[in-house]
Amino acid sequence: MTKTWNNRAWFMVLPVLLLVAFSAVIPLMTVVNYSVQDTFGNNVFFWAGTEWYQDVLSSDRFWNAMGRNLAFSAIILAIEIPLGIFIALNMPRKGWGVPICLVLMALPLLIPWNVVGTIWQVFGRIDIGLLGRTLAAMGIDYNYVNDPFDAWVTVIVMDVWHWTSLVVLLSYAGLVSIPDAYYQAARIDGASRWAIFRYIQLPKMNRVLLIAVLLRFMDSFMIYTEPFVVTGGGPGNTTTFLSIDLVKLAIGEFNLGEAAAMSIIYFLIILLLSWVFYTVMTNAGSEK
Amino acid sequence: MSLSWMAWTWPTAIFFIVIFMLLASMAVWEYARPGGHPRVGILRFETTRGDRLFVSLLGSAFITLAWLGLIGSSLWWALALSVVYAVGVFRYV
Repeated sequence: MTKTWNNRAWFMVLPVLLLVAFSAVIPLMTVVNYSVQDTFGNNVFFWAGTEWYQDVLSSDRFWNAMGRNLAFSAIILAIEIPLGIFIALNMPRKGWGVPICLVLMALPLLIPWNVVGTIWQVFGRIDIGLLGRTLAAMGIDYNYVNDPFDAWVTVIVMDVWHWTSLVVLLSYAGLVSIPDAYYQAARIDGASRWAIFRYIQLPKMNRVLLIAVLLRFMDSFMIYTEPFVVTGGGPGNTTTFLSIDLVKLAIGEFNLGEAAAMSIIYFLIILLLSWVFYTVMTNAGSEK
Repeated sequence: MSLSWMAWTWPTAIFFIVIFMLLASMAVWEYARPGGHPRVGILRFETTRGDRLFVSLLGSAFITLAWLGLIGSSLWWALALSVVYAVGVFRYV
């Protein structure tokens, strides 16, 4: 049968193209224009060439924020992925417990980022917060406002509390889609609990886990609201991640040229990582 | 309609015109030879012409950034290196 080929079908994507142009492409072009100029307001610009890019690439501030961001993403992935799988494995597969567990797991995902930040900001306070006061009563010296380690622990625990559910729900979806025949075959072979997990459940969850890793990595790499509300990037700059630093540079210091150059570099890194993850995901799928 | 808020400059305008022309020529290429010419190259997974253009542009952006960060502000050699890289991507990826 000959395949019908009509390039006029491309006109069908024209509305989406226009929408993306107005919401993403034109703003991005403007940022590129800003990144090669300097301005003091009133739409007056001075040519700066590649100066801002060189400033950003040679600044310790940028690389430190990048390092903190990568460390944060690595830590939360190392906690959330195994913890999410563990919870999903222990959730009931049938009965009245299923809807209760699913609703409980979905609850943190429904809370807006700034509300999560406010909850943890109050929760951790040593004067009125339940967590802060409890730890103080136990004799633990905890103060996320002054201590960088405590600030990091608070931000990480907050992210784990907020987003592990996503990994749980994705893993659970992967687990319930495994046909019962696999478990029956494993039982006949006398496979241990670990062997079932290692050779049946984990390979079958491969695809959803890749999606979970992608979503959690990208989201944690762009994190802004929660740590900003809890720590404001402090104490000092210890929880200043790339997006917080970018906003400080653009709005706090009104350094629009340098902020634009930093945005472009940040965007290119995100684009590269998205492409790598997308390629890995699509090729992992095509092998099956 | 004033576009002064977009802060256009000639170099950035030329940059975007070149990108637009590359996309337009890809569309013409696709019209002339439909299908995207998929193949498996040295990266060991299937890529189309569009994928190869994307990898070329993204790689060129990082070559330029690396040049700016490590060598200096004159970007002609970085441009030459990017063209060589893009030819390599279209030939082998």
